Amino acid sequence: MTVGELCKTLDLTPFSVADEDRPISGGYIGDLLSWVMGRAESDQVWITIMSNQNIVAVATLADVAMILLAEGVCPDEGVANIAASRGINLYGSKLPAFELATRIGSLI
Amino acid sequence: MADPLRFHYKVDGSNFTSAGEASVEVKKKLRQLGFSPETIRKVSIAMYEGEINMVIHARGGDADVFVYPDRIEIVLADTGPGIADVDLAMQEGYSTAPDNIRTLGFGAGMGLPNMKRNSDSMRIDSTVGVGTTIYMTILV
Ligand SMILES: Nc1ncnc2c1ncn2[C@@H]1O[C@H](COP(=O)(O)OP(=O)(O)OP(=O)(O)O)[C@@H](O)[C@H]1O
Ligand SMILES: [Mg+2]
Repeated sequence: MTVGELCKTLDLTPFSVADEDRPISGGYIGDLLSWVMGRAESDQVWITIMSNQNIVAVATLADVAMILLAEGVCPDEGVANIAASRGINLYGSKLPAFELATRIGSLI
Repeated sequence: MADPLRFHYKVDGSNFTSAGEASVEVKKKLRQLGFSPETIRKVSIAMYEGEINMVIHARGGDADVFVYPDRIEIVLADTGPGIADVDLAMQEGYSTAPDNIRTLGFGAGMGLPNMKRNSDSMRIDSTVGVGTTIYMTILV
């Protein structure tokens, strides 16, 4: 499953579409940035409700496939543009993190 | 032995939201230099955590990265408050981050443990009231 396919299947809101062909290997859920840095793996979907600019640097350095904002959270002002300029996929969904995780788990 | 490549960055201590720039730059450089994803990942995590700590705990500082054929050395130096008890600070979950920083997602007390785990050696020199310098080496 790729980022683009996941977006279509789960009807995600695209905030920054940088690389739709990036494959997804799994996921990590968390809002505390050091936990995400230490535990999220390359090519995973990172599900979070954190919406400030720091998520872009964390996603870049942890090399996740995409950031997925749960619970209808929108990125803070300017964050979508920064994500786009850094080549980071940033999407959103109205669904809670648990719901997103179970659906993604059954898709990949 | 050949001189290492050296990258130097001033880390701005006044902006919590755009923190991490130096680490993102270093990641880009290491990728261009052809280092393995595993090495890049270790350097990225170790340096990011140290860079963020300088921003949120020490009003910024200086980051230097030395690239040798067989290892990468990261030196993070600040003139912040220093760390009174390094062993305590190294424990998972220990954090003195204030509430306004925690709302941004920092303050889990996992940064120093992440630095330790992702480097092959790490040394912390810290004096209260003078500052902190952290040396990390990642073998290639
Ligand atoms: N450069 C520094 N100068 C002064 N104190 C520091 C510095 N780096 C770390 N500390 C102290 O060590 C504690 C633990 O650091 P650590 O990075 O593990 O956690 P944190 O920064 O509080 O939270 P997290 O990294 O999980 O967001 C900090 O809360 C702070 O008290
Ligand atoms: Mg920290």
